[in-house]
Amino acid sequence: MGKRINWRPYIAGALVGVLATLSVIVSTKVLGKTQFLGASTTFVRAAGFIEQTVDPEHVKNNPYFLKEKVKVDWQFMLIVGIFMGALAASVIDGSFKFEAVPPVWRERFGDSVGVRAVGAFLGGIVAMFGARLADGCPSGHGLSGLMQLSVSGFVSLACFFGAGVLTAALVYRRKGGAR
Amino acid sequence: MSEQWLGLITGIFFGALLQQGRVLRFEKQVGAMLLKDMTIMKFMMSAILVGMVGVYLAVALGLAQLSPKATQLGANVVGGLLFGLGWAVMGFCPGTSVGALAEGRWHAIFAILGMVAGAALYAEAYPHLEKNLLVLGSLGKITLPGVLGMSAWPIIPVLGLIFILLFMYFEKKGV
Repeated sequence: MGKRINWRPYIAGALVGVLATLSVIVSTKVLGKTQFLGASTTFVRAAGFIEQTVDPEHVKNNPYFLKEKVKVDWQFMLIVGIFMGALAASVIDGSFKFEAVPPVWRERFGDSVGVRAVGAFLGGIVAMFGARLADGCPSGHGLSGLMQLSVSGFVSLACFFGAGVLTAALVYRRKGGAR
Repeated sequence: MSEQWLGLITGIFFGALLQQGRVLRFEKQVGAMLLKDMTIMKFMMSAILVGMVGVYLAVALGLAQLSPKATQLGANVVGGLLFGLGWAVMGFCPGTSVGALAEGRWHAIFAILGMVAGAALYAEAYPHLEKNLLVLGSLGKITLPGVLGMSAWPIIPVLGLIFILLFMYFEKKGV
């Protein structure tokens, strides 16, 4: 370990562990229901809210929307809070930066915002379908699942990373050889 | 306090910590999948290390209940693999996408729209999966201590040690 260690991810991560602990204690005390960090169910509710404006009957009769309940709940507001917290933190420390195409993507696919948009959109569809099928994402299964030593957390997180590593190796390998 | 306010306050802290840990960025997410930059692994494993002690202590003191998600091997594996596939291309996960948008990486909006569409698609597929893939390998809400028939307290330090050894390995490799 010759060079200096960047402690930033360790410290911020450990503080998330403290936050998760406080959150389960406070939510149990205040709400009578233990809340664990998670994110992906909120996308179901967002989809439900949008579909309701077009066809409320369809949403009312869909078993999945009935199961997850289309409402603004604790986790929905958690996601709103993530936006606010990240905005404030990035503005305060000056790391806020407009970016249309990330550098790693540009190296492989070029400058086009359209290509990046299509990639992000299609990737988003597949990822969220998978997250709902697996019943969680890296927050719900990864952080909250492993904190509880849940078997589903270990299995899902291993699959997230396994497929992610394989896909990344295929997708971001530079044209014409090694990356 | 309402659950909405509590969620919002918790989220503000979570978002600030995700941002300060620098894990919201596309480069960090894809960097981990390319095994070149383990920032998100360091962040997640540090959170789990502290959180598993905190959560199990809170439960032992009667201050909280565990709420593990059910293990459904078929759905966890197929869904998990699909998630990984999409995640590598999107470069964000559901929680970090909104935070990435907030720190100016506005291409995250396309990822967010895609994920809302993916959730809508899943809601349509759900009635067809409910009785087959979703019950395949269904083992209930099991945890490692339950499966091994022991308390969590011998397991937590072992897992902690594995994480710390991995941290040392990452730092040695400079990733």
